[in-house]
Amino acid sequence: MNDIKTADPAALELIAFRVGAQEFCVNIMAVCEIRGWTEATALPQAPRFVRGVINLRGAVLPIVDFAARIGLPSTEPTARHVVIVIQINHQQVGLLVDAVSDILTIHDDAIQATPDIASELVKEFVQGLLPIDGRMISLISLANVLQTEEVLAA
Amino acid sequence: MDPMQAIKATFFVECEEQLAELEAGLMAMESGTHDSETVNAVFRAVHSIKGGAGAFSLDELVRYAHVFETTLDALRAGRLPSAPATLQIMLRAADGLADLVRVARDGGTADAARIAALAAELAALINPGGPISGAALSVPEGDIDDLDFEPVSIAVAEAAPARSWKIRFKPHAELYAKGNEAALLLRELGRLGAMDVQLDSGNLPDLTELDPEGAYLSWNIVLTADCEASAIRDVFDFVEDECELEILDTAQAAPAPPQAEPAPEFDVMALIGKAQAASRQEQPPAPVAPVAVAPVPAAAPIIPPPASPEAQAGAESTVGATIRVDLDRVDRLIDLVGELVINEAMLYQRSIEAGMTRASAVGMALEELERLTHEIQDGVMAIRAQPVRSVFQRMPRLVRQVAAQTGKQVRLVTEGEATEVDKTVIERLADPLTHMIRNAIDHGLESPEGRIAAGKPVEGTVRLHALHRSGRIVIEVADDGAGINRARVRDKAVQNGLIAADAVLSDEETDNLIFLPGFSTADAVSELSGRGVGMDVVRRSVQALGGRIVITSRPGLGSTFTLSLPLTLAVLDGMVVTASGQTMIIPLGAILETLQPRANDMHALGTDLRLIRMRGSYVPLVDVGVALGFRSGPVEDDGVAVLVEGESGARSVLLVDAILGQRQVVIKSLEANYRAVPGIAGATVMGDGRVALILDVDVMVVQANSSTHAAPNGLLNSERTLAEVD
Repeated sequence: MNDIKTADPAALELIAFRVGAQEFCVNIMAVCEIRGWTEATALPQAPRFVRGVINLRGAVLPIVDFAARIGLPSTEPTARHVVIVIQINHQQVGLLVDAVSDILTIHDDAIQATPDIASELVKEFVQGLLPIDGRMISLISLANVLQTEEVLAA
Repeated sequence: MDPMQAIKATFFVECEEQLAELEAGLMAMESGTHDSETVNAVFRAVHSIKGGAGAFSLDELVRYAHVFETTLDALRAGRLPSAPATLQIMLRAADGLADLVRVARDGGTADAARIAALAAELAALINPGGPISGAALSVPEGDIDDLDFEPVSIAVAEAAPARSWKIRFKPHAELYAKGNEAALLLRELGRLGAMDVQLDSGNLPDLTELDPEGAYLSWNIVLTADCEASAIRDVFDFVEDECELEILDTAQAAPAPPQAEPAPEFDVMALIGKAQAASRQEQPPAPVAPVAVAPVPAAAPIIPPPASPEAQAGAESTVGATIRVDLDRVDRLIDLVGELVINEAMLYQRSIEAGMTRASAVGMALEELERLTHEIQDGVMAIRAQPVRSVFQRMPRLVRQVAAQTGKQVRLVTEGEATEVDKTVIERLADPLTHMIRNAIDHGLESPEGRIAAGKPVEGTVRLHALHRSGRIVIEVADDGAGINRARVRDKAVQNGLIAADAVLSDEETDNLIFLPGFSTADAVSELSGRGVGMDVVRRSVQALGGRIVITSRPGLGSTFTLSLPLTLAVLDGMVVTASGQTMIIPLGAILETLQPRANDMHALGTDLRLIRMRGSYVPLVDVGVALGFRSGPVEDDGVAVLVEGESGARSVLLVDAILGQRQVVIKSLEANYRAVPGIAGATVMGDGRVALILDVDVMVVQANSSTHAAPNGLLNSERTLAEVD
């Protein structure tokens, strides 16, 4: 995908997804695959936002309920929900979201800073805001999604 | 990994194989079950290590290997008899070589004094009168052929009725590609007699056209030696397909002068050849094989390089058709095949749900698919399997050492070395086996006097036997000693506070006391005539492998330790249970029994502790659903109780909702993508594609027992004795 924009190193390709009425996006380079929801096996002593683990072609993949992770009510997943498998450092994690909505190509100038009035939880995850066609899409920083300290503290 | 590192890694892998071959060969020679090929194989092993080490500038290794090689060469040439004492030194020297290889690979420093002493011992073998200092080790590589300790006397050379051979040797590129070295071959040839080597560099192209991996040089050699053509051919035995070789008998045509003018290009080589030829001729001439090598006709026709069947058979048996594959790739393949099996099962399930019968065309095709996938699974698992031979091979040396230390005569009998088991299991088998064999000799076998008094042969026997039994590997270590002295074991256990003084134990229970952690104490080592040194360590490491160990002992006839291990660490025998609606696996190895508890057997103690009465003793009860936080309190009492034992021997009862069955599961890591979860040992994928968690019985037992404070060590004194007294 670099060949399209080699002239513009500041260009970003993002995958946008919906959780409730809100829209978020992640860097497409971090996304391994997108799959439908399958029932997860609950883990003991797990924080509320960890739905459990599923089998991803023989590997055990933890599923993070993204809504619960950012403080919204937990998702009641159906077969229409999707899991975005993302790579964070050496680990793979599945993000449970309502739907994938868009693939965006933007220039990083378009990213606006998160307002200061946002809560700590939001600031922890939201790297910046993107105004696209009148919508507001939050760019997610993935590093904190399943951080051990967070998990233990939760 | 950069290419050089990769090549180096391959070299070390090969070293391990060469070392194993070296030891196996030496041991075969020691036991007298060898042929001439064994000696050659031993020599080649050391030679290959030396060659590879030279390429990586591992000087210390090269020097030591060289001394070793020189001595082995004497052995090969028959100048050094293969006496038991000699082979003992060689076996120790092989140990030293292995140490040096490991130091070269892993870093650190070798015990220089020991290495020097070993080298000196080796050197002394072929030069009994000479100075046996460690000086041999300090000789630089360039001079190594001077290390031959034979007295050199040039004058004798003329006396020999030598025949003259004209040899043309033109290596192909493949010869070099296979790691052979023309100089070494020429040097080897020089050992047959006086030699004059002429380099023919006529084919050498300009530097710009030169292929660095090509072969352009050839040599014309005039060899004056009292040998047959076959002896010359033997030198080129391993390369004859990769070179042009012409051997002409020139004896009648034009006898070459015994001391040919040294060729200017190969001055050194010729000198070495002459010096060595001279030294060889002092030896009685090597017995010429009574092969019908017809006297070479006067016309001296070229003897074509024969495709000697023996040579090829020999090459096949030593090389073997193997490939090296990265373990990660195999593991990935195993993962995928496991997934294939699960998918196949799901597909079958769906087809049944869709109304297909087994007899329908789709049903039959699926059945075929099922058979195929299981065959693939077996085949893939077999890739990782290796014979236990590699571990068993280390034991004869251990037996010799311990026998020497204890002054006992011991014969080791091994059976079933070809039994295959997963590589990871093999790697972790050596320690427990070492311990058990040491124990069998040290504590199991009587002293020679004791054996005579008991009417047994002076030589004790330790039997090591591997076999497959019901999907597991069973290894027995049996001795024909005195058996366990149960009275002493019992006294010791009472003395150490492991059992009550009035405890009533069966013979079997008494025997198993030696596995208790508190049993082995320092003074027990010297005092105890039975067993018990560190057997708790053995049991722990066996249990860590998912195995069990039992002992059977008959007074006066000996004891047998039986180890039962899973064939692979990637697979676990588990009991499938449900707790709070979750499917879980309890490792079968930890389960002692299952039972249907009665409500009036369960007793509450304090606020949140419950005990269950089992045959008179109280065992802490763990509700799995509650312990893992899936529910807050006990809901119903009609669950199933599973009595489990942790690695320390502590027990508790796990309460689950139902038992679904038993099956082998493939262990998956939770940590790879998540983190370790207390109480959970891992996860697995079930036939329906869902993940099931594997309980960590040990953690659960320890938690249960530490919260009860009822059984501080969780040992027999709290449970078993209560049971017996009751």
